[in-house]
Amino acid sequence: MAKKITIPHVSRIEGHAKITIHLDDSGEVAGTQLHVTQVRGFEKFIEGRPFYEMPSITARICGICPISHLLASVKACDDIMAVRIPETAACLRELLHCAQIVQSHALSFFHLSSPDLLLGMDSDPAARNVIGVLEKHPQLAKDGIALRKFGQQTIERLAGERVHPSWTVPGGVNAPLDTGTRDLILSDLPIAKSIVRRTLKFFKGAIDGFQDEIANFGNFPTLYAALTGPNGELRLYDGRLRFQDPEGNTVAEVVDPLEYQHYIAEATLKFSYLKAPYYIPAGYPQGAYRVGPLARLNVCGRCLTPEAGAELAEYKQRFGPVAHSAFLYHYARLVEALYCVERMEQLLEDPKITGKHVRAQAGVNALEAVGIMEAPRGTLIHHYKVDEQGAMRWANLIIATGHNNLAMNRSVEQVARHYVRGDTIPEGMLNRVSAVVRAYDPCLSCSTHAMGQPELDVLLLDPAGELLDRRRT
Amino acid sequence: MAHQISIRIDGKLVKVSAGSSILDAALAAGKDIPALCHMKGLSAVGACRLCVVELAGVGRLLPACTTPAADGMSVTTVSQKLTKYRRMILEMLFAERNHVCSVCVSNNHCELQALAARLGVTNVRFAYSYPKLSADTSHPRFVLDHNRCILCTRCVRVCAELEGAHVWDVMSRGTGSRLVCDMNQPWGASKGCTSCGKCVQACPTGALAEKGWCVEEMAKQPARVSRLAVIRGGGQ
Ligand code: SF4
Ligand code: FES
Repeated sequence: MAKKITIPHVSRIEGHAKITIHLDDSGEVAGTQLHVTQVRGFEKFIEGRPFYEMPSITARICGICPISHLLASVKACDDIMAVRIPETAACLRELLHCAQIVQSHALSFFHLSSPDLLLGMDSDPAARNVIGVLEKHPQLAKDGIALRKFGQQTIERLAGERVHPSWTVPGGVNAPLDTGTRDLILSDLPIAKSIVRRTLKFFKGAIDGFQDEIANFGNFPTLYAALTGPNGELRLYDGRLRFQDPEGNTVAEVVDPLEYQHYIAEATLKFSYLKAPYYIPAGYPQGAYRVGPLARLNVCGRCLTPEAGAELAEYKQRFGPVAHSAFLYHYARLVEALYCVERMEQLLEDPKITGKHVRAQAGVNALEAVGIMEAPRGTLIHHYKVDEQGAMRWANLIIATGHNNLAMNRSVEQVARHYVRGDTIPEGMLNRVSAVVRAYDPCLSCSTHAMGQPELDVLLLDPAGELLDRRRT
Repeated sequence: MAHQISIRIDGKLVKVSAGSSILDAALAAGKDIPALCHMKGLSAVGACRLCVVELAGVGRLLPACTTPAADGMSVTTVSQKLTKYRRMILEMLFAERNHVCSVCVSNNHCELQALAARLGVTNVRFAYSYPKLSADTSHPRFVLDHNRCILCTRCVRVCAELEGAHVWDVMSRGTGSRLVCDMNQPWGASKGCTSCGKCVQACPTGALAEKGWCVEEMAKQPARVSRLAVIRGGGQ
């Protein structure tokens, strides 16, 4: 008899998710569905608001990466005003963004994923958390806390507040950086850099123990999308949006942000509030593409800082020009963290950074605009339409986790096929399904603009839809 | 010199000229009575009721801004009862419209917010009414956001009494009351508006704001408008 398994909560992710696994008559996995079960509707209630309120409103979508929304939003607003923001302002925004990526990657790697990586996927779930890591690997846990703090503190030093700063505004930022603050950040940089170096070294040493996960964790060819510089270099704050096929060929490049609409459409799934964007030329669902650290390192051939550049080259040597395993998101995150720390140093050492002209003023000069940037979890798109008076008429936000939706679904299916046998959910399978979802570092509160406890619920169902087993994390 | 009268404010004897309000007398005695709709130099209307005080021998609370001081009066401006009512008034103001401080241009510079903090309003006990209200963005330089308007009518009075344009008014009744421009026109269509911005500076919340400022950026200068009104001699 065919059956269905449900994983009711995925833990250590941002938001709420449920997974159902359908079994066929022979007891094999017939298919899986990742359900994101809440909706918030930010796009609706911003109608009629002045456009320059969008940064502070959309930053409320997420308490983990509000800076990403702020930046995507102010970039869209810059384009509504049709201004080129002062160079210093662009550098300051990029600096803020790097700090945000460092803190977010530290959270994902050390706090959320390291328990699986360090303590083992099959270790006691009660101890498989950051406290368990602290007991077994105190240095690493301390590093994680220190690195996240560095990112948070830099954000606070730059923007005055950690969670929802009002420093970034349409047209630039609202206050220049003084030399004292610059020097403070610079003095903390070397420690942050050595933490990332140390962690990378540790991870590279441990990676051979995860061959099974590398082979089975969302390891399948897809398209990839990421921002990149004109010569294919890693870029996080701005750049052109490049789509790459599974073999590593560039298939499209979006230079004018507004053009993204020709390449990305969003399918609505019956079983989830999370829409499923796909690459239009390839159609749905073949047009599944991935974004985020894995995609960025696939799309960008090089990186303009020395140490991260060398790490990227080594990464490509290990896994080839295009790496498909979602497990490698973790590795990619560390390479990016190193890039961000180095990039912060470059930006801070440039005398421009303390320039005094940091804001351009203008009214409404364009009725439609798009802001694209690379959030820690991947490409983030804010698309706005306003009337002549600057009141919002329409908005669409495509969030990193949304882009990865189809791929996450397939990854869950791959893991389920590998680990589920019979009509119960093995503990190891639950952990691995949760871990594969976590590898994407999904922010479900962002992507459906939903709130909730970070949990996963897995249900195993037979072909008639009868519940066979259910487990929660 | 105007005829002097004596009144007691919280036990202290104060001499003020006849015709002063209790609020003026209290100010002269160095008392800072919470007030939102009152603005020195403009006429008093008693719209917000935050300035309520207790009057010896009178069973109900009276607004200090519109009640004239009388010889021999004894007034209490601070008491548990008054704090209770003032808090309740603030809570009702919050519940009536959509005051979302975190995304407001006047966050940290708002008189309503500051008073709530001063009087210890930590939560709102009344059900929020979440009215669906619009923002008028039609003026080239300013915005009116009804979500944040507390109907204090400072803008109405400053425009009529100081600028002499009388662009603003209040229409309808009760919870349906709305600030309107001219005969309920979009602000940008107003022929009378001189774009002087006095209403924006007088507004205690983020309801009236200059365009283009982001969250927390709109600090107002009500004191300057008030001083100008006093110099020009409008109202009391
Ligand atoms: S717009 Fe401002 S000044 Fe005018 S009535 Fe409303 S709160 Fe008062
Ligand atoms: S200040 Fe007296 S009623 Fe508003």
